[in-house]
Amino acid sequence: MFASLKKAPLSARIGLCIVLINCFVALFAPLIAPYGETSVVGNVWESFSKEFYLGTDHLGRDLFTRMVYGARNTIALAFMTTAISFLLGTTLGFVAATKGGWIDQIFSRGIDIIMAFPTLIFALMVLSVMGSSTTVLIFTIAILDSTRVYRLSRAVAMDIEVMEFVEAARLRGEGLWWIMRHEILPNAMPPLVAEFGLRFCFVFLFIASLSFLGLGLQPPLADWGGMVRENAGAITFGIYIPLLPAAAIAVLTVGVNLIVDWFLHLSSGLHE
Amino acid sequence: MKNVILLILKRTLASVVTVLVISLIIFIGVELLPGDVAETVLGQSATAETVKAFRDELKLDLPPHTRYGVWLKDFVQGNFGNSLANGRPVSGLIGWRFANTIFLAATTALIAVPLAVVLGVLAAFYRNTLFDKSISVITLSFISFPEFFIAYILIVVFSVQLNMFPSMAAINASMSLGAKINAILLPALTLTFVVTAHMMRQTRAAIINVLSSAYVEMAELKGIKRLRIILLHAFPNSLSPVINVIALNLAYLVVGVVIVEVVFVYPGLGQLLVDSVAKRDIPVVQASGLIFAAAYVFLNLLADVLSMLVNPRLRQLAS
Repeated sequence: MFASLKKAPLSARIGLCIVLINCFVALFAPLIAPYGETSVVGNVWESFSKEFYLGTDHLGRDLFTRMVYGARNTIALAFMTTAISFLLGTTLGFVAATKGGWIDQIFSRGIDIIMAFPTLIFALMVLSVMGSSTTVLIFTIAILDSTRVYRLSRAVAMDIEVMEFVEAARLRGEGLWWIMRHEILPNAMPPLVAEFGLRFCFVFLFIASLSFLGLGLQPPLADWGGMVRENAGAITFGIYIPLLPAAAIAVLTVGVNLIVDWFLHLSSGLHE
Repeated sequence: MKNVILLILKRTLASVVTVLVISLIIFIGVELLPGDVAETVLGQSATAETVKAFRDELKLDLPPHTRYGVWLKDFVQGNFGNSLANGRPVSGLIGWRFANTIFLAATTALIAVPLAVVLGVLAAFYRNTLFDKSISVITLSFISFPEFFIAYILIVVFSVQLNMFPSMAAINASMSLGAKINAILLPALTLTFVVTAHMMRQTRAAIINVLSSAYVEMAELKGIKRLRIILLHAFPNSLSPVINVIALNLAYLVVGVVIVEVVFVYPGLGQLLVDSVAKRDIPVVQASGLIFAAAYVFLNLLADVLSMLVNPRLRQLAS
C-alpha cells in the first residue's frame, strides 16, 4: 500500500491531499471552527480579517466556521447516500447476475425505466410530493444512483459468475448469499471501488445542486451548495463570498477524480 | 432500407411506452402519499375550503384509474389543470417559459456543437501534444465543476469586472432578437462549457478509435496528408458515435438548464419547476416534470435513430 503510494504520480498525491484535508476538517469540525455553526458573530458580509478569516455571510455568521461545518454536513451526507446506493445496487446486481431468469428481467427492466427519467427531474418530483427532509433526500438520491451501480455490478458479476470457482461453490451446495459474499464480491472489488469514487462525486455534486436550488439540506444547517445560494446576492456588489463554497465543491470533486484515475490505472495493470 | 424503418419504428414505440410509464409513475407518485393527499400537502393550517379546492383540482374524489385517464387525456390536449398556488391555468404558466427554455437550449447547441466537433478533431489531430493535453485538463475540470460555479465565475468576469453582459437574464416577448441573445449569452456560455467538455472528449475518442483501423494505415501509406485523412477518412466513420453523443448531450442540456436558469433568474421552465417544488404546487410540478421527461426521452430516441441512419453496419444488422 505504502510502496505504491510512494510511486504515485503527482496528480494522485494532490488528490489524496485534498481528500484527506477535507476528511480531517469534516471529522474535527467543532475543534477547528472558531465559532458556533449558526451563531451570528459580526456584521453582514464583512471582509477578510484576523477575527473572521474568510469574512462573514449574509446574516453575519463567520464564513470560515460555516465552511468547516459545511464540509462535515455535505461530505457526511454524500458519503452516506453513496454507501446506501452501493448496498442496494450491488446486492440487486449480484442477485440478478447469479439468479438470472425472470428475476434478472424484472430488475433490469424496472431499472431501465428509472434510468429513462432524468435524475434531477425525478428527484425534484419526489421532493415536491414528500417534502424536503434529510431522510427523503438521502433515500431518493441513493435509489436513483443505485441504478447505475446496479448496471455495473450486474455486468461485473456476470463475468465472474461463469468462472469455475463459482461453479465449484455451487456444487458444494453453498447458498446464494454465501456465493455473493465470498466468491463474487472479492473479485468484483476493483471496478466497484473505482465506481464508488465516481458515484461519490456525482452524488456530492447532485446534493450540492439540490441544496443550491434550496431543496437539499435545509437552513440553518451549513452546507456548501446552500451557502452559495444564500450569499449569491453579494456577487453583484463585487463581494466574491459565494465563490468560496462553490470552489470548495469543485476542488473536492477534482481531488476524488484524480484518485480514481490513479486507482483505475493501477487496477487495470497498466504499469509503464 | 425497409429494415431500418422497422427498427426505428420499434425504437419509437419503446419510447412512447417509456413516456407512458413515466406519466404513470408521476401520477402514482402523488397517489403513494400516506394519508390524505390534500391534508399532507396543504399542512396543518389548511382550511376546509382550501382542502376542498385541492381535492377538486386533482379530482381526488374519482377512483384512481379514471383519474389517470382524465389527467392523461387533458394533458395530451394541452389542458394541464390549474396551479394550486395562484389558481391560474398551468398551460398559461408553462407555454412561454417552455419556449424560453428551448430558446436557451437551442442557442447553446448552436455554439456548443460546432465548437465541440472542431475541438475534438483538432485534439485528435494534435494527439499527445501540449495542445491536446491542456484541452484534456480543461475539459476534465469543467466536467467536475458544479454548473453554478462556472456560472458565477462567468458573472464575476463578464458582468462584475468587465461589465459586458447582464448578470440576470431577464427576457420578455417585446425584446428584439439581438437584445435577447445579449441577455442570454452568459447562461448559454455556462451551458456551453459543461456540454462541450463531454462532446469534445467523445469526438476525440471516436476519431482516435477509427485512426487505428487498417484503412487509415493504408491511406497513410499512400502518402495522404494527415489532416485530409482525419477529415475525409476518419471523421465520416466516427460520425455515428459523435452524433449519438451530441444528441445525448442535448438531452442532458434540456435538464441541465434547470440550475443555470435559477442562477441567472431566467424565466424558463426549469425555474418554474424549482419554484413549484418549493411551493409544492403539484399540478405545475407534474406538468413541467412530464414535459422535461418527454423531451429527454425524445432526444434519446433521436440519438438512437440518427446513429442507426448514419451507421451502414447497423442497417445490415437489422436484415
